[in-house]
Amino acid sequence: MSRLLTDGWVVTQRNLIKIKRVPEVLIWVLMSPIMFVLLFAFVFGGAIDAGDDLSYREFLLAGIFAQTVVFGATFSGASLAEDMTKGIIDRFKSLPMSRSAVLVGRTAADIVYNVLSLVVMAFTGLLVGWRAHHGVLPTLAGFALLLLFGYAISWIMAYVGLIVPSVDVVNNASFMVIMPLTFVSNAFVPLESFSGILRHVVEWNPVSALTQAARELFGNIPSGMPVADAWSMQHPAAYTLIWVALIMLAFVPLSVRQYARAAPK
Amino acid sequence: MTDMIRAEGLVKRYRDVVALDGLDLTVGEGRVLGLLGPNGAGKTTAVRIITTLLSPDAGAVRVAGIDAATDPDGVRARIGLSGQYAAIDEHLTGFENLRMVGRLYGMTGRAAAERADELLARFDLLDARNRPSKTYSGGMRRRLDLAAAVVAAPPVIVLDEPTTGLDVRSRQQMWGVIKELVAGGSTMLLTTQYLEEADLLADDILVIDHGRAIAQGSPDELKRQIGGERIEMVLAEPAQSSDAARILDAVALDEVQASDKGRHLAAGVSGGAGDLASVLTALRSAAIDVLDIGLRRPTMDDVFLSLTGHAAEAEDELSVESDEAMV
Repeated sequence: MSRLLTDGWVVTQRNLIKIKRVPEVLIWVLMSPIMFVLLFAFVFGGAIDAGDDLSYREFLLAGIFAQTVVFGATFSGASLAEDMTKGIIDRFKSLPMSRSAVLVGRTAADIVYNVLSLVVMAFTGLLVGWRAHHGVLPTLAGFALLLLFGYAISWIMAYVGLIVPSVDVVNNASFMVIMPLTFVSNAFVPLESFSGILRHVVEWNPVSALTQAARELFGNIPSGMPVADAWSMQHPAAYTLIWVALIMLAFVPLSVRQYARAAPK
Repeated sequence: MTDMIRAEGLVKRYRDVVALDGLDLTVGEGRVLGLLGPNGAGKTTAVRIITTLLSPDAGAVRVAGIDAATDPDGVRARIGLSGQYAAIDEHLTGFENLRMVGRLYGMTGRAAAERADELLARFDLLDARNRPSKTYSGGMRRRLDLAAAVVAAPPVIVLDEPTTGLDVRSRQQMWGVIKELVAGGSTMLLTTQYLEEADLLADDILVIDHGRAIAQGSPDELKRQIGGERIEMVLAEPAQSSDAARILDAVALDEVQASDKGRHLAAGVSGGAGDLASVLTALRSAAIDVLDIGLRRPTMDDVFLSLTGHAAEAEDELSVESDEAMV
């Protein structure tokens, strides 16, 4: 276990050096959430009604946080798919190192990306009027939950990155999954605006629960906004944690096995 | 003498292509075995199995007495692999690459850093220490990759086509580095499609084709195996080919081989310079003009051609190894 942590840390460092060497990636990681905050706050700010204008911005931020951590997870998939096409994976596999360290180090680097994006977004949010109202601990708990969920998604993406033939496929595949996952949720529009079957989907979508939990912890729910009856919306933090556990239980072993099996492409 | 690498009955199939078909090989301590074969012969597959990157469908591998199937990490700790395509991270500098590998072998940060600098100096990469390795030339990448393979001073080094794709100068530089490692007492398995390289670096050569061993021995033994010296000549007039062939046939041990529309003739002989002199005399009296004539020992190319029935450098369309494309 200590070997896994040491090796995992060495691989994490390797991935972090990459951020330094290819700063374009980092710029994209940081610019897109800023763009999203500004876009939704100023362009759709008036069009989507969640109370008055300012509370929509407050309401919105947790949704953008959720979307960003989920998107951030795609780096694991893309980077692993890229690594698998290169000789470096042969080097790792020929070393007497922990078998899962490459995956642990990759997903851990995603956390760093996500921390950076969350910090940038939080400051952008503060500029457009977002505030966390419940004090330090609940605010930190909100960010921790976002990072934890993003980490779980990283493992799904790691698995995808290991089974697909190229980086492009990872990007397209993750787009196909993540766009509906984040848009068919309460991330950008209130739950009430959905009806019928779609509403059930939104209620039980883990991204909705994550967003809802973050909003509760940040105190960003406009007064008078009704809370849905679904258990997932009544206990959003618990429901999110259940998803995190399920995803990790399934995708950590799957990815580790796939990594051991995969030959470089 | 202990066997540092012992592979027995290796079989590997990819769907309907048989990459390895019961390959046996052993490398004694401190010896260099050259695994020689054309593209698709199964060299890379054999290397990947011996270095635990791939499991065989059948057969067993022991490295330094350790069974690869039951203790792969034990084998990994004793083998340094330098593959066909440099296994380095191109975003990392040379120093960072080597330090990372050292850390993954379980060295402390300081020990790994010291070892990295020592190897950069030894492999003539100190000037490029702090440059991302993607700025390196092909030869520098290979040297860095080889340095990464020997970070933990492994007793066994496996090199998969270490000079494929390198220019002449880089190739010679690489040979120098490899010879140094051999002089240091390392046991080495070296695959190559260059006969010259196997001849130069290896104590023993195992020729494989279609996943099977087809010949084994020292470079000299293999050359003897296909006969001794040969007389080769180039004629000025192809029209005189059949006359010249008759003259050569009088001293030849085997059938006279003609190529280039009969301009080029060759045959094995046993009488050395005496045979050459008698052929020359006979040619002169028959008034046959030769542009070039000489006595030569067979090259590894001849060995290969006679063993496999095709040239060493020939591309094999059904190559399994070429599927593992370089990116």
